[in-house]
Amino acid sequence: MGFLDRTARSFLLAELVSGMALTLRYFFRPKVTINYPYEKGPISPRFKGEHALRRYPNGEERCIACKLCEAICPAQAITIEAEPRADGSRRTTRYDIDMTKCIYCGLCEEACPVDAIVEGPNFEFSTETREELMYNKDKLIANGDRWEAEIAARLKADAPYR
Amino acid sequence: MITALAFYMFAGVLVASATMVIAARNPVHSVLFLILAFFNAAGLFILMGAEFLAMILVIVYVGAVAVLFLFVVMMLDINFAELRQGFQRYLPIGGLVGLVLLVELMLVLGAWVVAPEAAALRQAPTPDAAAMSNTEALGRLLYTRYAYLFQASGMVLLVAMIGAIVLTLRDRPGTRRQSVAVQVARRAEETLEMRKVALGQGIGEEKGVVTHGTPGLRPAEAAKTATEKAEVR
Amino acid sequence: MSSLINLIPAPLWHLIMIVAGILAIMVPLLVGVAYLTWAERKVLGAMQMRKGPNVVGPFGLFQPFADALKLMTKETIIPAGANRLLFVAAPMLTFALSLIAWAVVPFGEGLVLADINVGMLYLFAISSLGVYGIIIAGWASNSKYPFLGALRSAAQMVSYEVSIGFVIVTVLLCVGSLNLTAIVKAQEGMWFFIPLFPMFIVFFISGLAETNRSPFDIPEGESEIVAGFFVEYSSMAFALFFLGEYANMILMSGMTTILFLGGWLPPIAIAPFTWVPGPIWFILKICVCLFVFLWVRATFPRYRYDQLMRLGWKVFLPFSLAWVVLTAGVLVAFDWVPK
Repeated sequence: MGFLDRTARSFLLAELVSGMALTLRYFFRPKVTINYPYEKGPISPRFKGEHALRRYPNGEERCIACKLCEAICPAQAITIEAEPRADGSRRTTRYDIDMTKCIYCGLCEEACPVDAIVEGPNFEFSTETREELMYNKDKLIANGDRWEAEIAARLKADAPYR
Repeated sequence: MITALAFYMFAGVLVASATMVIAARNPVHSVLFLILAFFNAAGLFILMGAEFLAMILVIVYVGAVAVLFLFVVMMLDINFAELRQGFQRYLPIGGLVGLVLLVELMLVLGAWVVAPEAAALRQAPTPDAAAMSNTEALGRLLYTRYAYLFQASGMVLLVAMIGAIVLTLRDRPGTRRQSVAVQVARRAEETLEMRKVALGQGIGEEKGVVTHGTPGLRPAEAAKTATEKAEVR
Repeated sequence: MSSLINLIPAPLWHLIMIVAGILAIMVPLLVGVAYLTWAERKVLGAMQMRKGPNVVGPFGLFQPFADALKLMTKETIIPAGANRLLFVAAPMLTFALSLIAWAVVPFGEGLVLADINVGMLYLFAISSLGVYGIIIAGWASNSKYPFLGALRSAAQMVSYEVSIGFVIVTVLLCVGSLNLTAIVKAQEGMWFFIPLFPMFIVFFISGLAETNRSPFDIPEGESEIVAGFFVEYSSMAFALFFLGEYANMILMSGMTTILFLGGWLPPIAIAPFTWVPGPIWFILKICVCLFVFLWVRATFPRYRYDQLMRLGWKVFLPFSLAWVVLTAGVLVAFDWVPK
């Protein structure tokens, strides 16, 4: 490109004008905004959202209190206490997750041998107080009951890639 | 009546703020009072019908000069308590100098006789106020009758400006400067070469091409290019 | 009604008319400022393929009022080490300066609050005072980032005023008067942006720098110095800075309109255009300028500080100076000098 051409371009602000032409084209493009509370974007089956404790189809809770999730949790957000039950099976008496500590890495889910603790598709669990984010076993089991259909579908969809 | 009131207000605030310029403890407050003084002077100009001078005063002094004052004063880190330490010690000699100055001023003012034709002389080059605006009147005077003086004062300012630049300009050797024109003029095709590299062949054969870490380079060649690179360094 | 008018003495009546005139300018201006913030978010959104505010009211039209309410209910924080008086005075100064300039702006033939002879100088003086609010805010905050922002801003605004001054001189050469009404009337044949196109561009870009707008928003450059001179401000003090900035944008657009886009004049002086009243044309032209302000913000990244200074002193100043000489030469050579 010749000197004259370059000088003319810089004095005519050619690059600035072409940049502005581009933004003006985008001004008239259809918008990609999702009207959030009413519309939501798609979520991957591997999305790591709110935790849940699942049950077997017969209603028995899956968790066997092996404490692998507690051990692997990098944020040390999980606290488990366990005792043998009357029928001799080993179950948790306490299963707490401090959601303010949790980094949503999904390692608990990976560590679990019985697919008991999972991170579900729910990401709308903000609360007004900090205390509400200290989840206990009841809350997690309730989550599992509430989201079981979605969680099962997600696990099934993701299974071929595991 | 309103004009007189406005005059006394502007004049009073002007004198008061001018006093505060030297009386204020904080130098930034001093500059701010100076700005207030400029504004009131501009107000007095407007009362006299010299709106051009008033606006120029605001633009030049408040808009530019005082900004630079403020700029400098804000960056100063002066301890005023320290500055005032020798006040008692130097008071007698300072007072003496002040007294001498006061006496001299009084002598000068007392002996001052205004030339009888001064008023007429001052009026002489002034065009009729009703005929043209004062911007135009000033322009006509400056560019015709006083053109040489005007140009000369312009030259004085220019010399002062060049002097300031010469005094502060340091040519530091070894600094790398950005040349925007060169950067903008640089094209991708001049500096980049796209090559299709066959698998396991590398591009080490040609000179000037970085061979470092290229797969498929024989050890002898690698050593050779390494020494070449060392020489270049 | 006429008897009522006679009851009020003439000077008082004059005063009432002035106050009414001030209100007639201020109220629409403040509403305009509020909706400029809305328009900015909408335009930026659209250029980034977003929708912008659309929840509060239809098309998000009540968003500015929601924002104002939010800011008003927040706590005003004055830092412990701040100079209290100046800290509070700075935003007021910024806001007041952005409003008083409108006293001389002609909205139409004779539609002006104060038709003074040196209107252009008045506007220039007021816009050059805008830097004080910022400097004082930066210094009074007694904090590092605001101070850096204030220093940047002072240098930037003083630099760009010089080239703005030369652009104004060029226009004044073509008009022969400092009166804003006269400047607009001189453009009846042809708007000045056609013969003085390069100066129009220089003025607009300098205007961006003068109002601290992107891509010259380095006094508040959030990626380097957080929010620059108003880091320490909150609540209404912050709101006043915010409003002042947008009012300055409108003022700068108004100046561009008066100097280059023919003020209240219609584009072509023939039937359908002349039916539209002058103030409408004036406002429309201001809106176009404001759109370009927002458009530029959506397009360009922020300048680096040394590049900004280089542009001001090494490009715009020589260029506008040369253009002043050229314009004067052409005017004299062809004997086009007004009057």
